[in-house]
Amino acid sequence: MGYEILGLPMAYYIAMVLKVLVVFVFVLLTVAYATYAERKIIGHMQVRLGPMRTGWHGLLQPIADGVKLFFKEEIIPSKADKFAFLIAPLIALVPAFIGFAVIPFGETIEVGGYKIPLQIAAYYDTASGQVVDLNVGVLYILALASIGVYGIVLAGWSSNSKYSLLGGLRSSAQMISYELAAGLAIISVFMLSESLSLQKIVADQANGAWYAFKQPLAFILFFICSIAEINRTPFDLPEAETELVSGFCTEYSSMKYAMFFMAEYANMVTVCAVTTTLFLGGWHGPSFLPGWFWFIAKVYFLIFTCMWIRATYPRYRYDQLMRLGWKVFLPLTLINIVVTGIIVSL
Amino acid sequence: MIMPLINGLKITLKHMFMKPVTLQYPDERPTPSPNFRGLHALKVSHSKAKCVCCYLCPTVCPAKCITVEAGEDQEHNKYAERYEIDMLRCIFCGYCVEACPVDALKMTGEFELANYKREDFVFVKERLLEK
Repeated sequence: MGYEILGLPMAYYIAMVLKVLVVFVFVLLTVAYATYAERKIIGHMQVRLGPMRTGWHGLLQPIADGVKLFFKEEIIPSKADKFAFLIAPLIALVPAFIGFAVIPFGETIEVGGYKIPLQIAAYYDTASGQVVDLNVGVLYILALASIGVYGIVLAGWSSNSKYSLLGGLRSSAQMISYELAAGLAIISVFMLSESLSLQKIVADQANGAWYAFKQPLAFILFFICSIAEINRTPFDLPEAETELVSGFCTEYSSMKYAMFFMAEYANMVTVCAVTTTLFLGGWHGPSFLPGWFWFIAKVYFLIFTCMWIRATYPRYRYDQLMRLGWKVFLPLTLINIVVTGIIVSL
Repeated sequence: MIMPLINGLKITLKHMFMKPVTLQYPDERPTPSPNFRGLHALKVSHSKAKCVCCYLCPTVCPAKCITVEAGEDQEHNKYAERYEIDMLRCIFCGYCVEACPVDALKMTGEFELANYKREDFVFVKERLLEK
């Protein structure tokens, strides 16, 4: 503990790095096993069993899939724009993971006399005795979500295939229409909490009711728009295999394809974590179990809901999707903001 | 508009707790129905095939997958010296069984007919004889 950097002991930095590693590994494992859970849950919802043969009840299936994808042949189309083609999966994947930096996933823990908040981009201010985090955390997440679409559009364009290009363009159009509604839906949360800091939003919900109960319409709209934004069924039009083969990832193979796949699931985890933080009280819950447990439980419940929705609804047609986004969700969010504004000002 | 969506979710959730109907195939084997039309078998009577080599089965076969060649035994009776069915062409319609006047042919419940070589799909008389 002798070393000090910028007035803080080594242990503090080690704890910071550990925090990042633990969260990263946890999200990675969740992503891997979300694919397994999805196959199992959808299987049982269709009165099937799902994967059963790799390990006990198919538990080693994600690992087997990973090994398989590593050893598959990499194909790069000869007329593809190589640089963009190679970097597109990374652009899709990275924002999905770094969104987690601002999400608070537990209460403060004490290491070597120092209080460490369970949130990556945050520190404990000893002077004020408060956790200080990125004060525009939600904006950061919304910004990252829109960067993810660059990966998809680039993938579609650089493949030099009409199907891929159409898939990528569809995705960008869908992203714009739903991101707008998702962004407007959470404005009502900011109006209630008067802050963009996720710590403050979570703390506000600990005192009063969860925002899911105060803002049920915003909660539902945000969740549906988020599902649409991360291109999950019933809004998975960029990948619509019936009309677009496989959309933007038609020309991708092996690990690069797996990265898009991982990005989709990582996005789902991030979106569920954001929804938990904004609407379901974050890590707060009955105190007999630690905060991070409640946070994980809520996130997993939302992930289950995503899979449940996928097992239930058929895919939207493109014009239906656009109509729903612009003519239903957008006006509803605007009405919600006006109503919230009137109630807050009264 | 919203109620049907919720009802759909209810149905899928209910199905999740039902017992899956999946058959764990290589470990659990299905028992085909008695009407199932699987691999053919030549019936045996007095330790030889009942087939009298009348050529009705290759005639009626729509896929032209049956080859029969006649032979003559010591008592000057016709018998099928060669009887082959090409399973790659067979459509399992069962016309051959219906056409047979002496009830020499039947279809069994055997459905695992996969093989590695094309030649292995041709079932000769010895392979077809009822076990």
